[in-house]
Amino acid sequence: MTAVIPPTTATVTKKPRRRRMPLARKGFLLVTLGIPFAFYTMFVLWPFAQAFIYSLTNWSGFSDTFDFIGFANYQALLKDDIFLKAVRNNLFLALVVPFTTIVLALALATMVTVGGAGTGAVRGLSRSSLYRIVSFFPYTIPAIVIGLVWAQMFDPSAGLVNGVLTSLGLDRFESFAWLGEVSTAMPVTMFVIIWGFVGFYMVLFIAAIKGIPAELYDAARVDGAGRVRMTMMVTLPMVRETIQTAYIYLGILALDAFVYMAALNASGGPQNSTLTITQDLFNTAFKKGQFGLASAMGVVLAVLTLLFAATVFLVNRLTGGKDR
Amino acid sequence: MSTTENSTDHTTDIPSNSNGKTKDPSDNVAVSKGERTVSVASHLVLSLWTVIVVLPLVWVFLSSWKTTSEIFQSPLSLPKEWSFDNYVRAWTDSNIGDYMLNSVIVVTSALVIVMVLGSAAAYSLARYPFPGSGIVYYLILAGLTFPVFLAIVPLFFVLKNTGLLNTLPGLIATYVAFAFPFTVFFLFPFFRALPQEIAEAAELDGAGEWRTFFQVMLPMARPGIVAISIFNFLGLWNQFLLPVALNTNEENYVLSQGMARFASQAGYAVDFGQLFAAVVITIVPVLVVYIVSQRQLQGSLSQGTLK
Repeated sequence: MTAVIPPTTATVTKKPRRRRMPLARKGFLLVTLGIPFAFYTMFVLWPFAQAFIYSLTNWSGFSDTFDFIGFANYQALLKDDIFLKAVRNNLFLALVVPFTTIVLALALATMVTVGGAGTGAVRGLSRSSLYRIVSFFPYTIPAIVIGLVWAQMFDPSAGLVNGVLTSLGLDRFESFAWLGEVSTAMPVTMFVIIWGFVGFYMVLFIAAIKGIPAELYDAARVDGAGRVRMTMMVTLPMVRETIQTAYIYLGILALDAFVYMAALNASGGPQNSTLTITQDLFNTAFKKGQFGLASAMGVVLAVLTLLFAATVFLVNRLTGGKDR
Repeated sequence: MSTTENSTDHTTDIPSNSNGKTKDPSDNVAVSKGERTVSVASHLVLSLWTVIVVLPLVWVFLSSWKTTSEIFQSPLSLPKEWSFDNYVRAWTDSNIGDYMLNSVIVVTSALVIVMVLGSAAAYSLARYPFPGSGIVYYLILAGLTFPVFLAIVPLFFVLKNTGLLNTLPGLIATYVAFAFPFTVFFLFPFFRALPQEIAEAAELDGAGEWRTFFQVMLPMARPGIVAISIFNFLGLWNQFLLPVALNTNEENYVLSQGMARFASQAGYAVDFGQLFAAVVITIVPVLVVYIVSQRQLQGSLSQGTLK
């Protein structure tokens, strides 16, 4: 079992302990579980439940009254070109960002853990702790600041990116607006998100790879397997569960992506090329005051998130992942 | 490859019989050319990534000492003079100091509360399953899978109706509520894995439920508690959506909101030197804490995975 989350296999199993619970224990449970759960219900579960109800109304948020209008909000969303564009952008993000991040993080983690030279046992790269420590830096920086820094890095005239490119003689980039061009806005945005997350997942994968019994590597080595083969035959199957967890986290993140978008292109980018559902939702709710419609967008986002998670589970199962 | 390197850096190596303690006999054998190539190539790729990570940070640091016109003239140059002007202005004009104080208050309070509530709830769920505890557990998990965005609109009104909208206590309450499910989810297996015999022995010795929890079981779950505290801290410190939607009173702004203002101003008359100074002020404290405690963090991360 390898994941950020410790063993997930442990679910609540009901022990056949049917003795009557002592009063002191009942009180203990009421305080330790009852109070947090009541609080959690009020601030998390209840709002979630409400959102589903509001999505069926035409509530503006400011009036006291509203009508139930059935699925009219959803029908309106189906015809809303801007919203559909946002959905497409989100799906694109969910396709590219997790995949690229995980491939890159796995490659770097593999190099750190089995890249060392030697003829005996497989070993890690010498002096690799610096890579590990530095790669994790972005994860300690608030996402809004990451977005802000890279927005400046990609600034047409004062940014470092164009500064370096022009000093290399590529005059074309003298005032190239990376975030202002339809063709580059989205790729650049994806790059920034990936930049922020590779280090964290690299450290996570290093931990997972270290958890693999060394005998497996030694055996593969004795059989004459090279690094690539070892990675495919030993590492990948053994860290499968971690990859699945990482994929779901990154997918949820890519479907949200609000912070990065707010920092890089608050208005949704040129011709809405980086607009996301969450941005559209936020504007619809708090700027246009259409809370019913915004709640419907939230429900669509929730459905997409669940579909994404289900797809990841399914793909993992179909490609031979173990059923825990 | 020295043995001292291995023993100080045991976290990177695959644990093998040759790891650290004894000198690997193969060190004396000539290493093949292919082996060297793999190692050199790995170093090159990792160095390249390190540069990609560090370069923007170095650039931000250098720019934070420049004037706006200097930044625009030549993004690559060093600052002409090293003056604290930008930092003073960032701290006073753009209220970074106040925002940071708000962030510290909100994150610290929320972190303490969620750790107390979360560990208590995880412990009770793990130790005393009762009819219906499975439902409670899955309802808590459900909070993890839904996007926060779905709840944000009704949450706005929950806070408004309770008079907590635009207040720091209101923000603390929502931080606690949304960090709660992950905390329970993470700690539940830790408490489940603890030997129940010890708790039963403590109870036989006359310790009550509370004493057993706080003095016996909680200390034993320490690795899990440390790990989830770090995750919660980073998550809450970086929180953006909740404050932006629920905390619009400028006096109560947290750091991420203060920085977002710079983002929305970008393109207009922004004082870029001040902006970069604010970024440095924001990044450095957490970065320093991370560098100091990174061994513990990486340790707890692998502890979480290997358990």
